[in-house]
Amino acid sequence: MTLDWLLQHLFNGMTLNMFLQHLLNGISLGSLYALIAIGYTMVYGILRLINFAHGDIFMTATYFAFFGVVTFGMPWYVAFPIVLVMTGLLGMLVEAAAYRPLRDAPKISILISSIGASFLLENLATVIFGGVPRPFPTPEIFTGVVTLGNGLMVQKLIFYIPAVTLVFLVALLYLINKTKTGMAMRAVSKDHETAKVMGINVNRTISLTFGIGSMLAAVGGIMWGMKYPQIAPLMGVIPGLKCFIAAVIGGIGDIKGAVLGGFILGIGEIMLVAFLPNLTGYRDAFAFVLLIVILLCKPTGIVGEKIAEKV
Amino acid sequence: MLKIDNLVVSYGGIEALKGISMEVEDGKIVTLIGANGAGKSTTLRTIMGLVKPVSGTIVYNDRDLLSEKTQNMVCRGIALVPEGRRVFANLTVLENIKIGAFIRKDEKGIKQDIEWVYSLFPILEKRSWQLAGTLSGGEQQMLAVGRALMSRPKLLMMDEPSLGLAPLVVKDIFRIIQEIHKQGVTILLIEQNANAALHIADVGYVMETGKITLKGPGKELLSNEDIKRAYLGQSKK
Ligand SMILES: Nc1ncnc2c1ncn2[C@@H]1O[C@H](COP(=O)(O)OP(=O)(O)O)[C@@H](O)[C@H]1O
Ligand SMILES: [Mg+2]
Repeated sequence: MTLDWLLQHLFNGMTLNMFLQHLLNGISLGSLYALIAIGYTMVYGILRLINFAHGDIFMTATYFAFFGVVTFGMPWYVAFPIVLVMTGLLGMLVEAAAYRPLRDAPKISILISSIGASFLLENLATVIFGGVPRPFPTPEIFTGVVTLGNGLMVQKLIFYIPAVTLVFLVALLYLINKTKTGMAMRAVSKDHETAKVMGINVNRTISLTFGIGSMLAAVGGIMWGMKYPQIAPLMGVIPGLKCFIAAVIGGIGDIKGAVLGGFILGIGEIMLVAFLPNLTGYRDAFAFVLLIVILLCKPTGIVGEKIAEKV
Repeated sequence: MLKIDNLVVSYGGIEALKGISMEVEDGKIVTLIGANGAGKSTTLRTIMGLVKPVSGTIVYNDRDLLSEKTQNMVCRGIALVPEGRRVFANLTVLENIKIGAFIRKDEKGIKQDIEWVYSLFPILEKRSWQLAGTLSGGEQQMLAVGRALMSRPKLLMMDEPSLGLAPLVVKDIFRIIQEIHKQGVTILLIEQNANAALHIADVGYVMETGKITLKGPGKELLSNEDIKRAYLGQSKK
């Protein structure tokens, strides 16, 4: 097998199976990034705001799951839907408390408020949940490995994550492109004032956007907890930053861009470590380097927001 | 139908409207003309609740309008064709039309009205799947008017619908304004094209730097010497 041979000789003994393993890992990490990046891009699209608290909302979702399953002993299929709803409500609460009062304030004030909301959530989590990392209660059904035809052994989770992501992605795109609510969201993202004139409740539409974005972060959070089964109050910081970068790389404001950015980042990061193990320490820096390169070459991101307004 | 009394609006201390009073009677075409910066758009935006006045009253069908939120204006039968069209460039033409009926629930009626808008503006039907941002200026204006009609308004307010359009398109727009009016819609029209506006208006108001300086039947204002000089580009004979 030529690819096999190439891999072996160029990258100190990597086999095709190992390569596939990395690719699958990259796809599932990319899925998680995509789910979180969508929240950034949706909020940016509708408010032109970078919601720095988004990574912390993601973190809080994992604690909601922990308490639901461990403390209250709920079965996962009860606990997880509740986690989605609670996280959605948390996102709406953050919007109502930290952003809505500043709707007409300068952008910089809202940005600072978002950094404040992020610190608040991180510190509240440290106080309430404790700073010591906790094990994530992965339900048994999501654990285990499967052996593929060619002897490749992978976690089942590697398949679950992209599949679940796909389901939510399809649902999201349907909501946004095919429903009246989605039409209102797109209209508000273009022009708050004219949307109001049409009779659209702009505040409710924005709130809903936060709710949906936060729910997707919760989906990502739960699966993140299963894949990297340790949760801590600051666990949202780095994924948050990276997913923000993913959203920018793809073209912030565009959902497909966020998904694309998430996958590029996830797969790129895993491959970097796989092919150039010497650079493992730079794993997190990869995102930032990629961000700089993209900003230099195509500041609007890969998909980019087209601005076509006629006089 | 609509009565404005002593309306004062200021932007950060600078008065844009210095106590204007005007009235739009049911079933009429009323036009508000005036030079750039006179305060015409501010008037419409204040009616819509987009700008809060310092003082004065706006009463609509005997009920206070100033305490009403912008998003509820359309429920009360007021629609606006905003200055600069403001179509949703990222939505398709059909979606833009549908969003005008956002508050309506009668699917059947909405379908009929889409057909009605298409019959007024056949070009929109041809372009229904295009993004509104790809339309020409004139087409966008038609879309903005069609969108406003979809709420089945009792009062339709239009802010310079003819601005920047080719003469032939302007004629079209004015013809359609009259057609809409014939169907029982009251119209408040802001125009820089004073000649065309006064020709179709029952009543005209002239605005100068935040004040109403003249009021009268459209035909009468057309023959007014001051207006001829200032807005119709004709010198004194
Ligand atoms: N958002 C705003 N902020 C400050 N001043 C404004 C604003 N909008 C309009 N103005 C000022 O108010 C006055 C009236 O403007 P406008 O109502 O747009 O006039 P018109 O529509 O008759 O051209 C102008 O002097 C304009 O500069
Ligand atoms: Mg104006």
